[in-house]
Amino acid sequence: MTGTDALTLALGAVAVGAGALVVTTRHLVRAGLYLVVSLGAVAGLFLVLTAELVAWVQLLIYVGAVVVLLLFAVMLTRAPIGASDDLDRPGWPAALIGGGAGLGLAALLVDAYRWSTVELPEPGTAERLGAEVFGSWVLPFEVLSVLLLSALVGAVVVSVRIPGRRR
Amino acid sequence: MSVAPALGALLPAVPLGLALVGLLLPQRSRRGAAALGIGGAAASLAVAVALVAALDGRATEVGTGWVDVGGLAVTLTLRLDPTAALVAVAVAAVALAVQVYSVGYLRDDDRYAPYAAQISLFTAAMLLVVLAGDLILLLVGWEVMGVCSYLLIGHDRRLPEAPAAAVKAFLVTRVGDVGFLLGIVLLGVGAGGFRIADVLAHDFTGGQLTAACLLLLAGVAGKSAQFPLHTWLPDAMAGPTPISALIHAATMVAAGIYAVTRLYPLFEAAPVALALLGVLGSVTLLLGAFAATAQDDIKRVLAWSTVSQIGYMAGALAVGSPAAALFHLLSHAAFKALLFLAAGAVIHAVGSNLLSAMGGLRRPMPVTFWGTALGLAALAGVPPLSGFWSKDGVLAVAAQAARHHTGPTASWVGWLVWICGLAGVAVTAWYATRLLLRVFLGPARSPRHPVDGAPTDTAEAAALDAPSPGVDRTLGTAPIDAPAGSPAPTRAGTPHDPPPVMRWPILLLAVPSVALGPLVLATPLRSALDVAEVHLDGLAVIPVALLVVGAGHAWWRWRADPTTDPATVLGPLRPALARALWLDEAQHALVVRPVRALGRLARRADETVIDGAVEGTGRGLHALGGGLARSHRAAVPRAAAALLAGVLLLGAAALAWGGAA
Amino acid sequence: MRPVIPYVAAALLFGLGVYGVLRRRNAVLVLMAVELMLNAVNLLLVTANAAPLATVSGPPAAAPAAPDAPAVDTAAAPPLTGQAFSLFVIVIAAAEVGVGLAIVLQLYRLRATIAVDDVPLDTHTPDTGPRAVVAAAPAAPARDGSASREPGPGERARGAER
Repeated sequence: MTGTDALTLALGAVAVGAGALVVTTRHLVRAGLYLVVSLGAVAGLFLVLTAELVAWVQLLIYVGAVVVLLLFAVMLTRAPIGASDDLDRPGWPAALIGGGAGLGLAALLVDAYRWSTVELPEPGTAERLGAEVFGSWVLPFEVLSVLLLSALVGAVVVSVRIPGRRR
Repeated sequence: MSVAPALGALLPAVPLGLALVGLLLPQRSRRGAAALGIGGAAASLAVAVALVAALDGRATEVGTGWVDVGGLAVTLTLRLDPTAALVAVAVAAVALAVQVYSVGYLRDDDRYAPYAAQISLFTAAMLLVVLAGDLILLLVGWEVMGVCSYLLIGHDRRLPEAPAAAVKAFLVTRVGDVGFLLGIVLLGVGAGGFRIADVLAHDFTGGQLTAACLLLLAGVAGKSAQFPLHTWLPDAMAGPTPISALIHAATMVAAGIYAVTRLYPLFEAAPVALALLGVLGSVTLLLGAFAATAQDDIKRVLAWSTVSQIGYMAGALAVGSPAAALFHLLSHAAFKALLFLAAGAVIHAVGSNLLSAMGGLRRPMPVTFWGTALGLAALAGVPPLSGFWSKDGVLAVAAQAARHHTGPTASWVGWLVWICGLAGVAVTAWYATRLLLRVFLGPARSPRHPVDGAPTDTAEAAALDAPSPGVDRTLGTAPIDAPAGSPAPTRAGTPHDPPPVMRWPILLLAVPSVALGPLVLATPLRSALDVAEVHLDGLAVIPVALLVVGAGHAWWRWRADPTTDPATVLGPLRPALARALWLDEAQHALVVRPVRALGRLARRADETVIDGAVEGTGRGLHALGGGLARSHRAAVPRAAAALLAGVLLLGAAALAWGGAA
Repeated sequence: MRPVIPYVAAALLFGLGVYGVLRRRNAVLVLMAVELMLNAVNLLLVTANAAPLATVSGPPAAAPAAPDAPAVDTAAAPPLTGQAFSLFVIVIAAAEVGVGLAIVLQLYRLRATIAVDDVPLDTHTPDTGPRAVVAAAPAAPARDGSASREPGPGERARGAER
């Protein structure tokens, strides 16, 4: 096992462990923080896999914006600070489906790849990635811009409060 | 001769037309209804007499084609021969007597108009049966008679047992009529047409003929109240007494016998059927006679007596003499109608049907007494009344068939009919004497106010004479107080002879009861009826001797104690005989209850299975829709679970498929 | 580098995300679980970019090149399709979280609860609404103009539905 393998293994374990804690903890705020850890580990994995831009974008947007948004939402909805007991629904369908999906996918991938090795490619720098995106995937890029715009507008519209009238 | 066909066609048409007009009359119109009824019966009688004269001993047919059913021709044919004409005269005469009598009997009944019209309709149907030359026409008349019997038995709506008795009569005869219809169909299909002349001329195979005759016997047994379809006749006494006289004594119950005589050549070729008829007739003969000994209701005594006498006619047919059967039919019509009308007068006077409520009526009601006495004497077979001649004729042919092996059936049938007939003579004489003694002689037992009195000594009698379970009546200890259709009984408790409108029919019917014997035997009517020469040999003494024995025993018992019923000699047998060996109950248990259970089962199956399937489909679809709607409205968690589970399944399926491919 | 490790990690993350979506009652936690799922997919995409299935059996296929794209030295470098798509996924996730949280907040204003159980679709329950909630808890200063204590009206609303 090379160093790369050990590193991916460690980061993967951290990501999965933190993810498990996100979905099982009884503290709302801690869930958010565990999510940060998990997303950070995934960003680390991206780095190891030579996807540099993606890693930094992940940190910037996911950890920086999305998690902050989630934590803001937790605060705005008066979530209890300490442990709360009624956070969970019955567990057996979740376990069944979640376990089935995760383990099934894992089995599929293990069966496909086994213990093979692969050479790490050239790093995915901003220059290369930009050439790729603006070269081959311009249309999705533009559509995504429109999506972002409509999401922005939609979020504003949904949140607007008309004083005196129940929405 | 040329006028005979016209007369023949007119004969059923006149009462039919008047009946239809009469049915349209409003219910309250008594005069119009009476005029139509009596006029119709009188006109029928006149036409029938004219027909006899016009035929003058010859036979003819008149008719047209009617309809062709798949190659089988149904015609409207009337066969006019002297026999039919004579029977038609008898029918019309009894109908006239009954119509006249009913005017008085139903004076207080406000539904007299439809009643009279129905009697006319019945007369028309019976005349059609008598004259029919086509099997389908016979069947039409047969069925219309059944309908009229139903309507007339149930005439008195106040009587609780009348509707049940009417339904019972209709259903039991219907059971027989199914066989009758099948027999007619067999004959018609075999002969290629339904005209009686064609059917008689056709050469059937043995099996076909036997089957058809056996089926016809079912109808005969039903209509003529032979064992085992005899159970309806005693209960039919819930109808008005004139109806009992007309339908259930003189005409309809004789229609079965008449049909056999009409088709006799076929029966002769099917000795199995005739043997069965003989057996049934003998059994019925004795059953009816013994049952009559134990009854307490005067009309039931006469009803069982009718059953028994028709057994004689059936026996005569079985040993090969339709003429003897017809002769007995005619004389029975006369004296039984007489007896019923006289019984009606007695019931009207006393206000009750029960023998235990009568007694000592000879002095107050002399005309009725002598009429009844003559009728009972004729019934018993006292020479020289008509009953003696006709019954002796039956016994003579039976003896001949037994000893000399004549007749279409084996000689054991003749022995059976003869022995049973002789035994029946004794029993008949016994119950006839008992009837006369209990009703007219001895101390008077009728209460002074017969309308609301409930004589206590009739409690036991009422329990013995309870109606069969088929008749739905709550039996208390009170006897039948308001006899069907009878006018209000005499006030202040003094019985007297009936008014003239009721008296004259009795008197007039007494004439043929007395004189029909010599009339038939000595005149050209004998050849018309084809009655055998009468020879009074030594064997004719036996019935007379038995008669004396029977009557004498009853009289002797009565003499010992005029207050008690001679029927007490029966001792422990009396309840069994009063209920006619519980045959009615057996019928109820074996037939009525299973059929009713079957009906209930069918209804339940229809409601739960068929209706349930239809409604259940609707309900099921509704529930399915509701379920689908509910699943659509799943909240977020359930929807998410469904979604993700679906994704998982689709992925697995794609994997399996892709892997396989 | 053995690709099976990040692959398996991605698969397990995805499973955990599904578990969280179905298990958690709080809407924000559900959104967190959704983020996990999206990350798992991102990881899969990036790993696939580095180690596509074809490398196990052959050289990777080239991405479709635009006609007038400047010639970058991608002749020898493999295409970065996976990474490009993971960028797109990140964008989508951001948009989704923004709108989703706006909805969650609006729901909170109306029902004073964000438990996903308490949003039934088959019956109509009257919204507690700002006015009703304000009237019910007059002492609380209305911060968003909606509920005062979460357990109070939330409990009432939750108790009404089940």
